[in-house]
Amino acid sequence: MKSLEKARIISREMLTDDICSFWAEVPFAVTARAGQFVSFYLADPSRILPRPISICDINRRLCALRFVFRIVGEGTRQLAQLRTGDLVDCIGPLGNGYPLEEASGKRLLLAAGGLGVPPMLGCVRDLYDEPCAAEGDSFVKPPKAVMCALGYRHDLFLYDEISENTAVSIATDDGSSGVHGTVIDAIREIRLPYDLIFACGPKPMLKALAAFAREKEIPLYVSMEERMACGVGTCLGCVCETTEPDPHYHVNFRRVCKDGPVFRAEELAELH
Amino acid sequence: MLNKVDTSVTIAGVTLKNPVMTASGTFGSGKEYGEFFDLSRLGAVVTKGIAPVPWKGNPTIRVAETPSGMLNAIGLMGPGVDTFIEEDLPFLAQFDTKTIVNVCGHCEEDYLAVVEKLADTRADMLEINISCPNVKEGGIAFGTDPKKAEAVTAAVKKIAKQPIIVKLSPNVTDIREIARAVENGGADAVSLINTITGMKIDVRSRRFVLANRTGGLSGPAIHPVAVRMVYEAAHAVKIPVIGMGGVTNAEDALEMILAGASAVAVGSATFRNPLAAAETADGIEAFLKENEIASVRELIGAVRE
Repeated sequence: MKSLEKARIISREMLTDDICSFWAEVPFAVTARAGQFVSFYLADPSRILPRPISICDINRRLCALRFVFRIVGEGTRQLAQLRTGDLVDCIGPLGNGYPLEEASGKRLLLAAGGLGVPPMLGCVRDLYDEPCAAEGDSFVKPPKAVMCALGYRHDLFLYDEISENTAVSIATDDGSSGVHGTVIDAIREIRLPYDLIFACGPKPMLKALAAFAREKEIPLYVSMEERMACGVGTCLGCVCETTEPDPHYHVNFRRVCKDGPVFRAEELAELH
Repeated sequence: MLNKVDTSVTIAGVTLKNPVMTASGTFGSGKEYGEFFDLSRLGAVVTKGIAPVPWKGNPTIRVAETPSGMLNAIGLMGPGVDTFIEEDLPFLAQFDTKTIVNVCGHCEEDYLAVVEKLADTRADMLEINISCPNVKEGGIAFGTDPKKAEAVTAAVKKIAKQPIIVKLSPNVTDIREIARAVENGGADAVSLINTITGMKIDVRSRRFVLANRTGGLSGPAIHPVAVRMVYEAAHAVKIPVIGMGGVTNAEDALEMILAGASAVAVGSATFRNPLAAAETADGIEAFLKENEIASVRELIGAVRE
């Protein structure tokens, strides 16, 4: 049975003025995989909905997950105020995660913009350091190559950790580092071949990337974001429009929290 | 301290092991939250609204948090009654709990089509949703006009094989009038309150937060309104009242019961705590034991006047 769990904060830092990072010990860390998320509940009883935060990094030995998120409102502000040793209610791991097994023996491009960057660190870790131990998964054979194209506004958070293991091409909105432009511009800088893309980022970026991948005929998996309530597939709040009907609901909507957040780009009407 | 108490209640001939059910739309058909607790701990599972055919619902954004509550404008997305009967009802059959199917429609024929298809299924009761604020036709249009509410209730009652509960909207001037109307129409019970229509605007973008502009407010914020309306309805009709609206724990549930509810539903509290409904049922039992109350039925409408 799943349960409401307690996450214990084991370290915390601010990566930029408004981007917080913490490691938390959670009982379910060993089953978590890159691209999944955890719903955190606030102690403040006036805020009843969980905050879904994607998993940034996984340390199965310490039974810990890392979360990196931007403070966008009062809820995330309260989460960012947690201190080492604090306990916070949560459920997880939620959602499907990236299909890491698809990357076996392939040359994988990870493309992310803004707060889409954190799950990419999880992918790199899961593919190299910590083969995914999730229930039902066999050992994932690593890809032949992994490369990253990352887009930032200005500050390069998580860049050092990701570039430890992979070739990284970056773009910034203001041209302060890397290419002056978007993630697509960063991708164009990559001279190496790739035959699979995993992506996460704002919708306009995903839309541009979907067009790019379609043109190049490269399979693309994207992680979607929608406003959620329950986080487990019940309330039907966080649906996204699809090209084919859902097998149960028989309408062209699928649940981001339960059927996603990772979808094949062709499945999504919103990216066409 | 008693070591054994009776938590069962009977509504229209259907006995529930305890007075706690789920509120329609917050629990799907039980599959997802069934991963968190044994659904047999509940008096009943009330399903998401079921229409005659698949309904797509509203565009996103569909949900927003508000102080001690939330707004939703899902728009009754659902698989339609045929898929529901094939895939969802058998799932619920595994549990020792009652199944109450919430029925929705754009027009009277829609309600009748669903009720007819459910007639020979194992559904224990039907909850007729005449109060959804998020669909343009049907839903609340029936729930805010006593004549229409009575007529649709009578039409459903004529063909229904299961007892019918009519779910009422709080978006009316006088809840007693509408409760009496559906009682006259032949309802076996009423449930209330559905959500209160609300609106949220983002001041920076100057846009409505919800794509539907308006949505239904639920959560602790509406609890006192719900308690008042349950009290009023319970004094206006003879049929049982099922209370809902911001019930988060046993104390909130007992408040509803004292106000006159024979059973209580836990709704958006489940989004804050997946075990909220089961814990509410356990909490009621613990309260009865501690306070040496032999049966929860002693508390129905027992607020001291």
